[in-house]
Amino acid sequence: MDQIPALTRVFAYLSLLTIGGGMAAYPEMRTLVVDVHHWLTEEQLVHVYGVGQMSPGPNMMMVAQIGELVAGIAGAVVVALAFFLPTGVLTFAVGRIWRRLAHWPWRDAIQKGLAPVAIGMAVAGLIAFGKTAVVNWITFGVALATFYAVVRTKVNPALLMLGGAVVGLIALR
Amino acid sequence: MNSAARAAPRVGVHEIFLVFLEIGATSFGGGVVAYLRDALVRRKQWLDDAEFLELTSISNALPGLNSTNMAILSGDRLGGTAGAVGAMLGMCLPAFVLMTAAGIAYSSHAERHNVDAALRGVAAAATGLLAATWYQIGKKSMKGFYDALFVIAAILGVNYFKLSVPVVLIAVGALAIFTYRPRKTVEQPEDSEAWIKSLH
Repeated sequence: MDQIPALTRVFAYLSLLTIGGGMAAYPEMRTLVVDVHHWLTEEQLVHVYGVGQMSPGPNMMMVAQIGELVAGIAGAVVVALAFFLPTGVLTFAVGRIWRRLAHWPWRDAIQKGLAPVAIGMAVAGLIAFGKTAVVNWITFGVALATFYAVVRTKVNPALLMLGGAVVGLIALR
Repeated sequence: MNSAARAAPRVGVHEIFLVFLEIGATSFGGGVVAYLRDALVRRKQWLDDAEFLELTSISNALPGLNSTNMAILSGDRLGGTAGAVGAMLGMCLPAFVLMTAAGIAYSSHAERHNVDAALRGVAAAATGLLAATWYQIGKKSMKGFYDALFVIAAILGVNYFKLSVPVVLIAVGALAIFTYRPRKTVEQPEDSEAWIKSLH
């Protein structure tokens, strides 16, 4: 329970870094959750993140798992609010004035500029994530097979995550 | 003056909540935006494609996830403030319940060994999924030399120089926005490489 203020601060801050998606915030999340506050080990964080990819809706709702693990249901509620409320309010406000910004010359610059930055931040996060998740030939094979299946077929990625779980149960004990 | 009061038909909060709850509960495997388009544009016809595209471009330029940003923006467009709140709640509730339950299950120590083994496989598959997602986004939206430069700068800043995410985000973000800054005389270069050549 005494972790609630820290959880609120950390996840409200992390939410502001999610330009283009949650992966951009991953390296900072790892630093704060694993190194600074010792809430989870790095391997646990990667596991929890992986489970989030199986969820419908916002995949970053996996932060509620972290809240639950640290401070029970209250922790889950606090973390979800801290993570989704600040950016939600910001999006709501900007959405209201966006049309008035239609002729603001910098609007286009911001959109064009942030697109590649979002990709770069996501790939950077993914490299940090992959270093913990892909540790041997089997995990490398699972990652590669999933990549290939997503790019080349129309199979639902949630099924591929379940496939990963089955391979893990058989070969990653 | 409410931006939600224009062309799109106003929809009851109750109905908005239910549609987003359905999407929030069924959009397995990511790609929530595709589910949203299917429901809002194709099935309900609450928004047209141009309007939907406009909302996705706003949602991309802001912090926050695409799924929740889109819920807020389209909810506001359809039903004002209450619509935005209803859409956001519907989108988030199922995942919240599932993930909290997953947290409870994860902290129980029964079958620890099996759970860890399965999750190692899931994390590896998630790496492949996320890599594929960003590979596809990159292929679609990357244009020219400068975009590649910003991607590489972000990766090096975080992974090689070990700078913190906000530092890299602000530095590379400012540089990128400055590069694409509005120009009065010269038209915005469509193809950055051709533009660089034209300078020589």
